[in-house]
Amino acid sequence: MIPAAFDYARASSAEEAIALIGQYGDEAKFLAGGHSLLPLMKLRLAQPTVLVDIGRVPDLSYIREEGDQIAIGALTRHMDVETSPLLHQHVPLLAHAAGHVGDPQVRHRGTIGGSIAHADPASDLPATTLALGATYVAKGPNGTREIAAADFYHGFLTSALEADEMLVEIRVPKMNGAGWSFQKFNRRAQDWAIVGVAAWRRNGDAGVALVNMGSVPILATDVASAASSRIGSAIRRVTNWLDTSLAAAQADPQPDLNASADYRVHLAKVLTRRALEAASA
Amino acid sequence: MTTIETTHTTNGVIGQRLLRKEDPALLTGEARYTNDLQIPGALHLAVLRSPYAHAKILRVDLSRALEMPGVRAAYSGADLADLWAAPMPCAWPVTDDMKNPVHYPLATSTACYVGDGVACVLAETDAIARDALEAIEVDYEPLRAVVGLEDALSDEVVIHPDLGTNKSYTWNLLVEETEGAVEAAFASATYTVAERYVQQRLLPMAMETRAVAAVPQPFGGDITLYSSTQVPHILKVMTAITLGIPEHQVRVVAPAVGGGFGSKLNVYAEELLCVALSRKIGLPVRWNEERSENSMATIHGRGQIQNIELAADAEGKLTAVRVRLLADMGAYLQLVTPGIPILGAFLYAGVYHIPKAYDFSCTAAFTNLTPTDAYRGAGRPEATYAIERAMDALAREVGVDPLEIRRRNFIPTEAYPYEAFSGLTYDSGDHDLAATKAAEMIDYDGLRARQAEVNVPGSTKRLGIGVSTYFEMCGLAPSRVLASLNYGAGGWEAATVRVLPTNKVQVVTGTSPHGQGHETSWSMIVADKLGVDPADVHVLHSDTAISPLGLDTYGSRSLPVGGVAVAMACDKVIDKAKQIAAHQLEAAVEDLTFEDGSFSVQGSPDRALPLAAIAFAAFTAHNLPDGLEPNLEAQVSYDPPNFSWPFGTHMCAVEVDLETGKVDLITYVAVDDCGVQINPLIVDGQVHGGVVQGIAQALYEEAVYDVDGNLTTSTLAEYLVPAASDVPSIITGHTVTPSPTNQLGVKGVGEAGTIGAAPAVINAVVDALKEFGVTDVPMPASPLTVWNTLNNARANHSSGGTS
Ligand SMILES: Cc1cc2nc3c(=O)[nH]c(=O)nc-3n(C[C@H](O)[C@H](O)[C@H](O)COP(=O)(O)OP(=O)(O)OC[C@H]3O[C@@H](n4cnc5c(N)ncnc54)[C@H](O)[C@@H]3O)c2cc1C
Repeated sequence: MIPAAFDYARASSAEEAIALIGQYGDEAKFLAGGHSLLPLMKLRLAQPTVLVDIGRVPDLSYIREEGDQIAIGALTRHMDVETSPLLHQHVPLLAHAAGHVGDPQVRHRGTIGGSIAHADPASDLPATTLALGATYVAKGPNGTREIAAADFYHGFLTSALEADEMLVEIRVPKMNGAGWSFQKFNRRAQDWAIVGVAAWRRNGDAGVALVNMGSVPILATDVASAASSRIGSAIRRVTNWLDTSLAAAQADPQPDLNASADYRVHLAKVLTRRALEAASA
Repeated sequence: MTTIETTHTTNGVIGQRLLRKEDPALLTGEARYTNDLQIPGALHLAVLRSPYAHAKILRVDLSRALEMPGVRAAYSGADLADLWAAPMPCAWPVTDDMKNPVHYPLATSTACYVGDGVACVLAETDAIARDALEAIEVDYEPLRAVVGLEDALSDEVVIHPDLGTNKSYTWNLLVEETEGAVEAAFASATYTVAERYVQQRLLPMAMETRAVAAVPQPFGGDITLYSSTQVPHILKVMTAITLGIPEHQVRVVAPAVGGGFGSKLNVYAEELLCVALSRKIGLPVRWNEERSENSMATIHGRGQIQNIELAADAEGKLTAVRVRLLADMGAYLQLVTPGIPILGAFLYAGVYHIPKAYDFSCTAAFTNLTPTDAYRGAGRPEATYAIERAMDALAREVGVDPLEIRRRNFIPTEAYPYEAFSGLTYDSGDHDLAATKAAEMIDYDGLRARQAEVNVPGSTKRLGIGVSTYFEMCGLAPSRVLASLNYGAGGWEAATVRVLPTNKVQVVTGTSPHGQGHETSWSMIVADKLGVDPADVHVLHSDTAISPLGLDTYGSRSLPVGGVAVAMACDKVIDKAKQIAAHQLEAAVEDLTFEDGSFSVQGSPDRALPLAAIAFAAFTAHNLPDGLEPNLEAQVSYDPPNFSWPFGTHMCAVEVDLETGKVDLITYVAVDDCGVQINPLIVDGQVHGGVVQGIAQALYEEAVYDVDGNLTTSTLAEYLVPAASDVPSIITGHTVTPSPTNQLGVKGVGEAGTIGAAPAVINAVVDALKEFGVTDVPMPASPLTVWNTLNNARANHSSGGTS
């Protein structure tokens, strides 16, 4: 429970944070809400030599409307995402999913940027933003760039972010009245999902993404075509996809204490069906 | 049996739902736990633990650690061998030929479980000490580990070669009216059931992990041991014995203690290490346990395989019970490890009448896992689980409702006090009343009707209803009974009640509360007895210098033993005060009555003296009866004549999702009879916590080991302690059958919830799945386990097999 020794620097702007990370190199890490990083450090599974604290960088915590999208600052706490009227109106799926992250303490500390940058396939917001077709904005020493959620997740806890890049914003398309559902299956309310499904559906379009079905959050492809058909066949298509394409889609469900691989696949099907039914209701 | 009338309620304090005195300090962070103590100059101890379940220790190299700045000393187990006057204590040699491996605070030649201490460091800060552990090099020769309990008895790998076997003992309790009665009952039974249940290992998970600080006095050799313990008195004696220190030089203090659940009813390596090292180097030494360290280095609970057989006649009435237990001791015997399964030995017939035809045998085995020991209920939840699950199996055989099979077998109320097959006397009980009340509260008939309606093909949910009835044999314990079980201590409790000159009252108790609210309850007893305000009663405890006599808190003993001692001490105080009052009022002692805190002469109520006046008179001693000692104080040591026998019925309903296997506990009713309730709010709190711990065993918790003996659930992310959001509101109800063995009419209640809950929940899960031929769901009934169970049952069904 006591982390290995590390140095600490607090950044007062994104630019300063990026410069500090550049200065300290590979062994340095950004510290946002600390609710993924610090537990790993306490178990000494992560031993960064320097923490660059971005938790107090002003102006990176916001939720605002920008045309067809809602822009969310990377340091916005889960709690603020959960309770945002703007998100409730335009992207209710994301607000709802944020309300399922951990417990109230976690939601008051953890940030959406930290959650996405951490790229934990078991986390709720990577898959949810993936299902929604979000774009992530990263800032590095050479300026900013946009990364589509679908291109972001490279492997277990690894993403398209460069070591000296900071995630600054998450842009989510408005849902325009689409039906949606977030199915989180866990044993205790405060836990990560054993399997989760984020789904939305509107005539002609749909998105489904799976939580904790492999080393990255999984986007169910082939659902857009399913979306136009009737609900029964839509469900059949997606579950067929689960049967046939799971492996190809990098899904490699791992057994753990709460689930065998078979059970995970079974749950994914049940929850996807429930999610699509609810999204179509 | 002598029957003692309940004699309280002169002042109406008993029975009130008073808020707990303890809570403001606990809730505002004022309370001081061991690790909060400021101890100037203390060195921090950290213990290097074996990463292997079983390994020879070939070499321990401390040199790199010793070079680190801030490290003051480092030791291997061998380095400290001459500090110990005696091995780690086991106070319960249940049989004369019990095998007990010699075991010291640090292992010297072989590590026997993951977490076994092999070396230690003293450093200026905890952080430096923990860093230094990484610099210690140990060469191990890994050995094959005994992980499976049933594998242990093969003795293919013997954990302690000097013992020659992994079997610690076999303990038998065979009670037969005539020889062969059990065999005969099974041979002539109309119905028999034979069931096998597994009690998984559990981590006690007190929210405060253990912490220790040993502080030597500047001169004279006295030492104070602060420890997050349930048993300061026992710890004092054992520290003196194991370290060879004169007992009078050891003072043990348990500051605020954040839960124990049995896990702090022990004498631990770190306590002895802190004291021994502190004496060795002449400085205070402290240690604070990490959470994942707690999971490995603090005792575990349960860990039994139970085979239970019932014989019953044509009406389903029990005619014999046979039990074969296999109990996991873990790598070593801790303070009362071997006795835990034996505490349940008398309860495998539950609250049912059986003839003298009872055959119990327990075999205990060593494994390369953390030692087991007392965990909330200790032996009794296991026993209750087995009999209550088996009663449901019997109900299925006989073809009657689970509640009906129980009613047919309840010990009838008129039979109390009831001499059981075992020779123990159950003091009181009304099982039908508790069951009827629980059934009404949960609307049992309505639930059964709804079950028939909703459990239909096409639905993906199944409703299940579970019942359990129980006895909580508690209030440990009559010393003579403990003697007959070879237990190494008595079961009495001490109390001092001291009325101060200003009529404030000091109570010194030998119980050692760690969450139970003794300060509030003892104050209420005294207030009720003496007619003072509970706020004017101050309870001192958990410091052997202030409370030198006592046997501490465990086994739901504090109220029926320690609380009764407080009441008895009040009686002595009243007797003495009465003599002073009679003297000053110039009346005969027999003519005085004591009511509302005042003595008055019968027939002339204006001739009266309040206790306050007597207290002051006792202090000034100006005008006391000849020969009477000044001061108003009395001390009592009370040895209870019997255990106390709370009982009750728990019922619950679950909804099982057939698609995912998830069990949703939708309602839970607990009807507990703990006799007279001093403070019903505290009783409810005990029941709530206990029930949730039972639900936790049924649905959530398990200490899981991999094949090499590594604990894979050492953090709270993997070890699933349920939170308030995961359990329904517990609906509590009570019947009140006063205990006839003490003047307060009280029984214990600390373990009742845990005892009743697990079988109620699993019976409900099995009930929900009965149409699929499911007769058992192992604990914890996780979604995966239920899903697997259903799949197996369906496969069996379709292949024509039975399950
Ligand atoms: C008890 C508990 C329960 C939880 N339950 C859930 C759950 O149910 N579902 C769920 O989804 N999550 C859960 N979490 C995780 C929680 O949501 C975390 O807050 C979140 O995953 C990480 O956000 P953070 O701000 O705390 O990031 P930190 O822990 O500060 O950082 C995480 C990683 O991301 C990097 N990082 C952080 N911010 C940035 C940035 N702006 N740019 C680049 N890199 C960055 C850090 O360097 C670090 O490597 C739980 C956590 C706890 C402690």
